[in-house]
Amino acid sequence: MKYTSQAVAKPYFIAALALFAGQIIFGLIMGLQYVMGDFLFPEIPFNAARMVHTNLLIVWLLFGFMGSAYYLIPEECETELYSPKLALIMFWIFLVAGALTIVGYLAMPYATLAKVTGNEYFPTMGREFLEQPTITKIGIVIVILAFLFNIGMTLLRGRKTVITLVLMTGLIGLAVFFLFSFYLPDNLVKDKFYWWFVVHLWVEGVWELILGALLAFVLIKVTGVDREVIEKWLYVIVAMSLITGIIGTGHHFFWIGTPAYWQPLGSIFSALEPIPFFMMAVYAFNMVNQRKREHPNKAATLWAMGCAVMAFFGAGVWGFLHTLAPVNYFTHGTQITAAHGHMAFFGAYAMIVMTIISYAMPMLNGRKEANSRKSQVVEMWGFWLMVSGMVFITLFLTGAGVLQVWLQRFSDNPLPFMVVQDQIAVFYWLREVAAVVFTLGFVVYIVSFFVKGEEATINAS
Amino acid sequence: MADRFTKSMARNIYYGGSLFFILLFIGLTWHTNEEMPKQDNRENLTESVIRGKNLWEVNNCIGCHTLLGEGAYFAPELGNVYLRYGKSKEAIKGFIKSRPINGIPGRRSMPQFGFDDQELEDIAEFLKYTSEIDTLGWPPNIQG
Repeated sequence: MKYTSQAVAKPYFIAALALFAGQIIFGLIMGLQYVMGDFLFPEIPFNAARMVHTNLLIVWLLFGFMGSAYYLIPEECETELYSPKLALIMFWIFLVAGALTIVGYLAMPYATLAKVTGNEYFPTMGREFLEQPTITKIGIVIVILAFLFNIGMTLLRGRKTVITLVLMTGLIGLAVFFLFSFYLPDNLVKDKFYWWFVVHLWVEGVWELILGALLAFVLIKVTGVDREVIEKWLYVIVAMSLITGIIGTGHHFFWIGTPAYWQPLGSIFSALEPIPFFMMAVYAFNMVNQRKREHPNKAATLWAMGCAVMAFFGAGVWGFLHTLAPVNYFTHGTQITAAHGHMAFFGAYAMIVMTIISYAMPMLNGRKEANSRKSQVVEMWGFWLMVSGMVFITLFLTGAGVLQVWLQRFSDNPLPFMVVQDQIAVFYWLREVAAVVFTLGFVVYIVSFFVKGEEATINAS
Repeated sequence: MADRFTKSMARNIYYGGSLFFILLFIGLTWHTNEEMPKQDNRENLTESVIRGKNLWEVNNCIGCHTLLGEGAYFAPELGNVYLRYGKSKEAIKGFIKSRPINGIPGRRSMPQFGFDDQELEDIAEFLKYTSEIDTLGWPPNIQG
């Protein structure tokens, strides 16, 4: 660790992983509810479990992004963080607000939560992923603004690199587009249209900038490849992300009451969205092959390459599968979407956060560069179990989705939704088995943090 | 990448490309808003529909159902449920009203929300309004 203020990243990373654990538990619950419909009913109905699952994801990724920025910015800017104290205060505010919101989801019916938090005075609740009470949303804005102020001030007084510039652009975009979550028109078409300004322009827009910047940082560190080379790649990748992704938003405007021209526009541009992910995978492997040094943290290198590959398959390939309007006509809102969502989020965003954690945590724990060989081996077991678990979750959901599309949408005699659900139940069972493997992988991964031993060095490895 | 392709060229593609497509997107957003009245059924956006939409939201219906294909995939699509139920608001109300409090053993069940008659009417009106939005022929069939 080059700057002491980088240490504020540590609580952020720990909180991120703790919330990730919660997300996994609720994922397992929902997986069971898919096949045992009355499981935990009416105490934890599916919608409550799903809110917890998706909101924990968003919150832990935000913790991860913020922690990553606090770790990366001082090192890139070559100066201490503007205010480590502010970063810590915001950490606790965000954690408490997040925890209270989750408790609210579970402790009372959603309508009661809406009433208690005064949703009637400023309605924003009740839309997918944006279920947070208005007051929580305001809290998120405050935390993000304080965070942007903190790293912005650091940036201003330090060295400016392409990585920090791209990261900052991505984070500002994240804040700006979140503001659309406060706009809730009565007109359903308008509501849906602008809802995507948060959801799509986050995950298929500005978050890709954050992903690119974080990946570039780790690649420079673990490969020792010249910064000039990596930054040139970074520019091209994020350029392609925005060039394809912004108009690519149109692939959500096929069937929600918006004009027909979005069908060709959205199809063409979103079909190009895999390109930046493909480039990212090629470049991660290239940089590692052309490495100028051997870094003792092999696990971090594995995470970096794995992230690029899984993002390409999850976001790129599985996104492309159902993005063309004539295909999407049949697949829209089926398990195909769920399959894509799982691998894309895990590959692109969960894995980039774990990449940074893998790289930074040894230093945050007072090591020089890396954990012990033994700890890394355990971590890599965790990596492979989680990745295989997620691959199979995705494949089984894809199987469920293909059958669902066939039975409910495509065949001569379309069957009702619930009849179809019963017929594809075997895929849901298999998905739950894969999810258990994933959970095991997560446990192994967590255990790796507690495996002691002498720090790995290049000679020893 | 070839040496002739410099970092400043890459940077220019990033800034120029992003700016161009952001401006294009803003233009298309404006145009879409202009065109919306043709498809979005706003003439039927009554007080009752607006109240129904609010009930839809504060009960987190999207947490299980899809509406025009968006939402969760645990329960049936409701964008066209009004048509699936033979254009009968009463059938929709009857279904919502009859959900057992403790669910159905071994099966998925919608919670019992305890809506009063006015609320049921508002929700049914909202679903009727939704079914009349011009979604360019989606879903492919009545099953949603």
